[in-house]
Amino acid sequence: MLRFLLSRVLQGVVVIVGVLCITFLLLRMAPGGPFQGERDVPEHIRRQQEAMYGLDKPLPVQLWNHIFNFATFQFPPSPKTPGRGVGEIIAQGFPVSAQVGLAALLIALAVGIPAGALAALRPGSLEDRVSTVAATLGICTPSLVLGPVIALVFGLKLRWFNASGWYDADDWVLPALTLGLIYSAYIARLTRGGLRETLALEFIRTARAKGASELAVVFRHAFKLACLPVLNFLGPAAAGLMTGSIVTESVFQLPGLGQHFVGAAVNRNYELAMATAAFYALLIVAFNLLVDIIQALLNPRIGFKEDA
Amino acid sequence: MSAASEHLTPTQLAWRRLCRSRVSVAALLLLGFMMVLCVAGPWFSPYGPNDQDLELRAVPPNAAHWLGTDPLGRDLATRILHGGRISLLVGVLATAVAALIGVGYGLVAGLSGRRTDALMMRAVDVLYAFPFITFVILLVVIFGRQFVLIFVAIGAVEWLTMARVVRGQVLTLKKLEYVQAARAAGAGFGRILFRHMLPNVMGPVIIYASLTVPGVMLLEATLSFLGLGIQPPDASWGVLISEGAASMAVYPWMLVGPSAFFTLTLLALNLLGDGLRDALDPKSML
Repeated sequence: MLRFLLSRVLQGVVVIVGVLCITFLLLRMAPGGPFQGERDVPEHIRRQQEAMYGLDKPLPVQLWNHIFNFATFQFPPSPKTPGRGVGEIIAQGFPVSAQVGLAALLIALAVGIPAGALAALRPGSLEDRVSTVAATLGICTPSLVLGPVIALVFGLKLRWFNASGWYDADDWVLPALTLGLIYSAYIARLTRGGLRETLALEFIRTARAKGASELAVVFRHAFKLACLPVLNFLGPAAAGLMTGSIVTESVFQLPGLGQHFVGAAVNRNYELAMATAAFYALLIVAFNLLVDIIQALLNPRIGFKEDA
Repeated sequence: MSAASEHLTPTQLAWRRLCRSRVSVAALLLLGFMMVLCVAGPWFSPYGPNDQDLELRAVPPNAAHWLGTDPLGRDLATRILHGGRISLLVGVLATAVAALIGVGYGLVAGLSGRRTDALMMRAVDVLYAFPFITFVILLVVIFGRQFVLIFVAIGAVEWLTMARVVRGQVLTLKKLEYVQAARAAGAGFGRILFRHMLPNVMGPVIIYASLTVPGVMLLEATLSFLGLGIQPPDASWGVLISEGAASMAVYPWMLVGPSAFFTLTLLALNLLGDGLRDALDPKSML
């Protein structure tokens, strides 16, 4: 178990360093430096500017500086946004994204698990068919379609919420709803599959045979095992929520991490784009690790499997 | 299985099984309809995708313009069909890139020794944890927003599952008697690879390719939506949805048209992928 977690932590570190190296190489390969603008700047001034941000050193030194800076959470200043540190921008954007993302995850679980469980408990019934069709539709509806539609209906027609922006305390609702509904479809499907498979297993028949009530069978015996596929999916779901958040933040004009990242990439703001990418990697790695730990706790077989 | 079906090839069997599912047939018909519409439709349209009629700016759907026009007076239906060509093309090409990389990687990993295999698959595990959307965005931003780069960049990040599937299949095949018999009979690496392995991994590859296409199209639409993919005035469904979302408060039909086309196509592709999986599943073939 400990070895399993240790290997996962190590793998996470490899991922983050890899992300840093690749983003570094990509951004340095890009044509045009951060100081190339409309005006021609004299050679010696440009060189001075570059020296100030350490861009005059050889590439390996720059790379090492970057990895070192990120490891110690000392984000370098960005030449594109003087006076406003990269760390500051991330610190401002992250709470917005995190609030929307967490709310979306909760909505996805709150809608998806009951819908999937209901479908699994009454196979072939009307509830089953409705929930399955709804899940298929949800999986196929991309956030870039659902987002504008939700903004149109609840924001512009019904005027329940702001259609865009981050002004009122309830501005997280519509973006979270967009992301949450899409992921609830995946979760409903996984819950249904997991629960149906589990309910067909022998220990469930044993539980029923010894006279356990249907509620106890489902919640005490089946649910823990049936949740594993859902739990498995949460790692990729975190990555997906992130992808989706880039779109929803653009639809709803939220000042979140995704907007900053796209903006930084377009403006060739090396430092910010790289820091955001690395931050995303850190988030995904942390989330995957969390999922691994919960999984290892729920399913003791996993720890041993990995050691073999 | 009845005696009659024993004379059918596996492909014919799979086709029969696919046709037995009403959902798959409907999805296939819808997809075929969409493709014919997008490929052939623009030839029959009286308008060009960028033709402007400044008298008829932003008119709602009517007899002359079935899906309305945009604020620049361009016929929306024609633009949707042209956009569909690009979206579908990106979907197919990026999937081809992903399949090429994935199959190659999976074959090599599966056929190499244990240590190389473990190393290669560990690399795939690590790559799974990468934030890919950020990489695609960086790739597109750095190398320019050209059509070729968009699908190469998307294909370059979507091959992982394919590699896993192919490698798993190769590992299973490697142990089968007929492959060992071929090796014992003196068949070389190349012959085993092309004659015995490739034809047998095609089933799973087709399944995963069909499930990859909608994901790839979604990624293209996302990029275009963010302004990082296909550039206006060229249209893809992502570009049109983005334009529609920008003006949906005043001209809702600009959002509805492209969204409907895109979502229906994704739905058809997903349902077809599920149907293909049921029809081609190696387990049900036995």
